[in-house]
Amino acid sequence: MRKFNKDLIFGLYDDETDLMAAVKSAKKDHLEIYDVYSPFPVHGLDPILGLSESRLHIAGFIYGALGALTAFLGMTWIFTMDWPIIFGGKPYWSVPAFIPITFELTVLFAAIGMTVTFYVINGQGPGVTNPVLHDRITDDKFCLAFDTHHVEVNDAEAFFEKTGASLVDRKNI
Amino acid sequence: MSATVSPLREPLIEGNKSYHDISVDLARSTEKAPSKTWWVAFLISVSVLLFGVFCILWTIWVGIGTWDLNRTIGWGWDITNFVWWIGIGHAGTLISAILLLFRQKWRTGVNRAAEAMTIFAVMCAGLFPLIHMGRIWMAFFIFPYPNTRGSLWPNFNSPLLWDVFAISTYFTVSVLFWYTGLVPDFATVRDRARGLRKKFYNFLSFGWTGSAKHWQRWESLSLVLAGLATPLVLSVHTIVSFDFATSVIPGWHTTIFPPYFVAGAVFSGFAMVQTLMLITRKVLHLEEYITIGHIESMNKVILVTGTIVGVAYLTELFIAWYSGYIYEQFAFFNRALGPYYWAYFGMMFCNVVSPQFFWVEKFRKSLWWTFFLSIVVNIGMWFERFVIIATTLARDYLPSSWSFYVPTWVEVGIFLGTLGLFFTCYLLFTRVAPVVAIAEVKHILKAAGDQFVKKNTEHHEHVLTEFQEAEASGTVYASAHDHDDHHESH
Repeated sequence: MRKFNKDLIFGLYDDETDLMAAVKSAKKDHLEIYDVYSPFPVHGLDPILGLSESRLHIAGFIYGALGALTAFLGMTWIFTMDWPIIFGGKPYWSVPAFIPITFELTVLFAAIGMTVTFYVINGQGPGVTNPVLHDRITDDKFCLAFDTHHVEVNDAEAFFEKTGASLVDRKNI
Repeated sequence: MSATVSPLREPLIEGNKSYHDISVDLARSTEKAPSKTWWVAFLISVSVLLFGVFCILWTIWVGIGTWDLNRTIGWGWDITNFVWWIGIGHAGTLISAILLLFRQKWRTGVNRAAEAMTIFAVMCAGLFPLIHMGRIWMAFFIFPYPNTRGSLWPNFNSPLLWDVFAISTYFTVSVLFWYTGLVPDFATVRDRARGLRKKFYNFLSFGWTGSAKHWQRWESLSLVLAGLATPLVLSVHTIVSFDFATSVIPGWHTTIFPPYFVAGAVFSGFAMVQTLMLITRKVLHLEEYITIGHIESMNKVILVTGTIVGVAYLTELFIAWYSGYIYEQFAFFNRALGPYYWAYFGMMFCNVVSPQFFWVEKFRKSLWWTFFLSIVVNIGMWFERFVIIATTLARDYLPSSWSFYVPTWVEVGIFLGTLGLFFTCYLLFTRVAPVVAIAEVKHILKAAGDQFVKKNTEHHEHVLTEFQEAEASGTVYASAHDHDDHHESH
């Protein structure tokens, strides 16, 4: 189990609309949200939470470009410098014939690179155990958590009461 | 949110489900003990698989000669099966990637199982080129790596090598896409489980928590992977068709092959998805998640792609005649009226005629018709590959080397073995993973659940009648404006 050394207080909501209202309200009250958890991606939540757009696709582009260069320059080097062979009377550097493999390696590098990056920056992977605040978060509950170092427990409890959380609990992670 | 529900769309999730109901229903197949039916199906699949393994070992031990391939027929059932399986493997990515880009919500009911099917089908397909090499232990020669032979490299100008790259990339990307979708669902199953099961699913779930930032990245990753997989899936069968199209064999050397093969692949893939999903939804009681609407949508895809394939067959015939090239003309004459005429007409009937039934709504929505026709289409698409490969090779340029090709028991055994492998993997998949994507179904619940669609339909009809009344009384503009405000407040 990974340790974060945080003392969290969290509330569970029954619907994503309640969660979004709660997040808005927390922002208005200047309560610092530790994290929000949901069983599925809630659209419209990111701007309210103030999450910046993911840059994963930029990484994907870079990996893809790397794949394209690897394939194209690799084949060019092999067939013009390392071991030139004439196939069917075609030139050594037969660019059209290199396109399919260049395309495939672009996709392959981008896909593997992005997926590995995704798990690494999320702190996830085979054998990783991250703390789970409540078992219903991956089922049907929407969770908003505060770090008790930043938000007073009393304030948080009053906040959850006000925003209609169906369950409030504390957990050390 | 409810304002985004179109009242014209049929609900995609029936039975007035809550989020919790969805978790319970869809995780159930991994939680309860396997049924008797499952065990019977599993034992049959494994036995057939073992027979296939025996036939593969026999081929490797005795040599490729056990297949009765000869001087002209270099490719027989093996490559026929290879192309057939690769084609079946196309529907999964089409459903998960292309339909994601097109924002088709019905994909969520079937994408998980279809993607799994893709992966298993590509595994079956990949076996055939490997064993066809004869010396399977030399298979690593096809990969470019610095070696002690020079270094001597593979021929990057050859479509056969493009195939190696296309299929290994396709398999890898499909697995990544599928597994990334599965991770949140494994977390759902993990949080419902206890003891050893919890440990097992914790390992599979990669420590997923459902944090907002992770979901944001997850959606970004899914979208880009879909964007990458879309041209990829089109490239794979294009490159498979290059194996034929770049050769100098009459009947193969045609430019129509890439689009024709891709349409055929989607066609056969959807047919296989139908066959499997109809059984799966019945056995696992998923009728409320894989509705008649889902089945009808897939039947429409089958109708379109089947018709494209039909147009391609006729175009091929016309071009053969119009080219004025006698060898090309003979190839097609021989396909239709030669010794394998039954395969050609079987193909024409199964692929071109049979999907036309789906013009009729009654047939599109009938489970039995869909099941029956999906099997007919699968058979037809197998015949297509057999017609293109074996019948073309059986009558080549030299009449002295003409022959009649019949497969041996070993070839038939290997084909059956891949069917066994496919169903064994699929049956295990239904035990380990949720067959329908839990998180994705929850995500569309408020837009496609029947309780929400119904509410909106009522609202829509209410507004419509009021509008008509207002129109009759001549106060239409003011009234319409009111309704806009009214709608906003919902």
